[in-house]
Amino acid sequence: MSQVIKLEAIGKRYLMGDQAVDVLNGLDLIVNTNEFVALTGPSGSGKSTLMNILGCLDKPTAGQYLLSGEDVSQFDENRLAQVRNQHIGFIFQSFNLMPRMTALDNVAQPLIFSGIPLKERKRRALEALKHVELDDRADHIPAQLSGGQRQRVAIARALVTKPDILLADEPTGNLDSKTTDAIMNLFEALHQEGQTIVIVTHESEIAGRCKRVIDLRDGVIASDSFNEVSA
Amino acid sequence: MIVDILRSASQSIRANLMRSALTCLGIIVGVASTIAVVSVIEGLKANIGEQFESMGSNALTVQAYTPIKQAMTGRFARIDHTDLQLIEDRVEGIIDVTPILYLPGSRNGGTKYKGNISTATVLGTSASYIRLDNWFPEIGRFILPQDDQTRRRIAVIGSKVREDLELPEDPRGEYIQIMGEWFKVAGVMEERGELFGFSQDDLIMMPYSAARSLNGRGRLLNIEIRFKAENIEELNQVKQRVERLLRKKRGIGENDVDDFKVQTADQLLDNFSSFTTSVTLVLGGIVAISLLVGGIGIMNIMLVSVTERTREIGINKALGATRQFIMMQFLIEAVILCLMGGMIGILAGYGLGAGVAAMLPGFPPASVPLWTIGLALGFSATVGIVFGIAPAAKAAGLNPIDALRYE
Ligand SMILES: Nc1ncnc2c1ncn2[C@@H]1O[C@H](COP(=O)(O)OP(=O)(O)O)[C@@H](O)[C@H]1O
Ligand SMILES: [Mg+2]
Repeated sequence: MSQVIKLEAIGKRYLMGDQAVDVLNGLDLIVNTNEFVALTGPSGSGKSTLMNILGCLDKPTAGQYLLSGEDVSQFDENRLAQVRNQHIGFIFQSFNLMPRMTALDNVAQPLIFSGIPLKERKRRALEALKHVELDDRADHIPAQLSGGQRQRVAIARALVTKPDILLADEPTGNLDSKTTDAIMNLFEALHQEGQTIVIVTHESEIAGRCKRVIDLRDGVIASDSFNEVSA
Repeated sequence: MIVDILRSASQSIRANLMRSALTCLGIIVGVASTIAVVSVIEGLKANIGEQFESMGSNALTVQAYTPIKQAMTGRFARIDHTDLQLIEDRVEGIIDVTPILYLPGSRNGGTKYKGNISTATVLGTSASYIRLDNWFPEIGRFILPQDDQTRRRIAVIGSKVREDLELPEDPRGEYIQIMGEWFKVAGVMEERGELFGFSQDDLIMMPYSAARSLNGRGRLLNIEIRFKAENIEELNQVKQRVERLLRKKRGIGENDVDDFKVQTADQLLDNFSSFTTSVTLVLGGIVAISLLVGGIGIMNIMLVSVTERTREIGINKALGATRQFIMMQFLIEAVILCLMGGMIGILAGYGLGAGVAAMLPGFPPASVPLWTIGLALGFSATVGIVFGIAPAAKAAGLNPIDALRYE
């Protein structure tokens, strides 16, 4: 088993005027290949902050972050862009789709930044849409899709580059329970296929469907356990 | 990669049609109004240039010139018959010395024919007039030297005079009444058309000597004298010779101001140029305002869309776009919009200018100099790029997560 993520003494400090707020306090974490992790904790405990650092969307103010063995805390802007493009698939609570692009174009978008030619982009995007069972909605723009469908487009977009790890920050936070169930089924299926996944959630049902649950309290890991009951 | 950036840019333009169209509109307004105004001015300038060219570059004109100070005392400078004789007798190297005597009051319904009235300008001149102006009779003849010597009461008329007086097609031998005296029509000049909406064919010419007698002995005479330098290289020497002579005759000292002006065709043209320059400056102000309006329009739209675009940039960055890619996309987008708006603006501006020129009778055709296009396009493009790119540059420098959070 190889380490996808290794965090050492990660800290995140926000400066609010002359007051320093430590959101993450010397956090250590290892996530191995094909793990299926739930990151839980009360609101304001630093889950999103941690996820954004894991997704290289934000930078820690202290500590070291190794992604697939590489020290990304030392990377410059362009290499970070490359990491985001090729190693990470990020899924947001609010989907963050381009409102005026079709589902297919949305999914194909990250491949532009990998320098893939147009035809191949379309082919791979359609394949990813098939994966989330939305290939029949390829020509629809987000406004023409339901919330669950939008999130599946976002998942297809995260998957299209075949990333090392899938990071989802409250992916079902905007969805009803039935759609949540479908999305979770999709994550489980992806896990079965060997995908490494970290999901942020504050719902115990969702955490219960993951293999490992990490509980965050005030910027440190309060508990880290493996679920006994699982499919 | 560049193809993808181009495609992204054009996709973004098409996806945001309203914003793109409004941006274009701002550029179109700026460019079109600039071009319209300038094309009209330039058309005028070119036309004036042509008019003076027909005078010949070796032509000189002597006119009375009253300095403003002196004018206020009511003493007006004059060039009179004695000046003409002096120049004819004493200046070497000149040909076609031609007096022009405008008859004051002749516009007040002075010329009549069978109950029709013409308000044409009446002037007395000599045979060489046509060579100076390159303007020749179409029917009949012009004034001959012997007409002048014998003070013959003949008149050569412009085509508009024939129309206004309803003279026959060939009016030779008809008698017209000018300021109460009868004159026989000897010829009709070629039609010259209009300049600034004024007919250039509303003119009656008679022998200088006849005009002098018509002018009346009691009246003070003021004439204009035109001539040519025999040799164009001597133009300036000739000019100085005439100036020296007239100064001596009038007893004007070294430090006194001349009460006359000797001007070459080029100098006359310069006078006109300085006039058009000041007109250009005023209109330039209008142009600047319209460019500003267009610029503010572009700026507004760019700034309004910053929020939306910042999120878009955040998404792209999260998906792995580099700062360079984002900047290039915005730059290309701005350039495409500026070029489109610029092109439409040039066409619309030229159409507008040509339309205005065509609507005013006798107005010269509009012409668009390249520098105007450069100026108008350059300005709009700068505004478009500065206000399109600056927010993009700021957003592209943000952490992806900060760009995504931007409200
Ligand atoms: N950009 C920021 N500036 C200042 N404080 C922030 C910023 N982002 C998050 N925080 C603070 O960090 C803490 C953790 O936020 P977050 O990671 O979003 O929590 P969670 O996702 O667990 O609800 C909160 O108290 C929040 O106010
Ligand atoms: Mg959160």
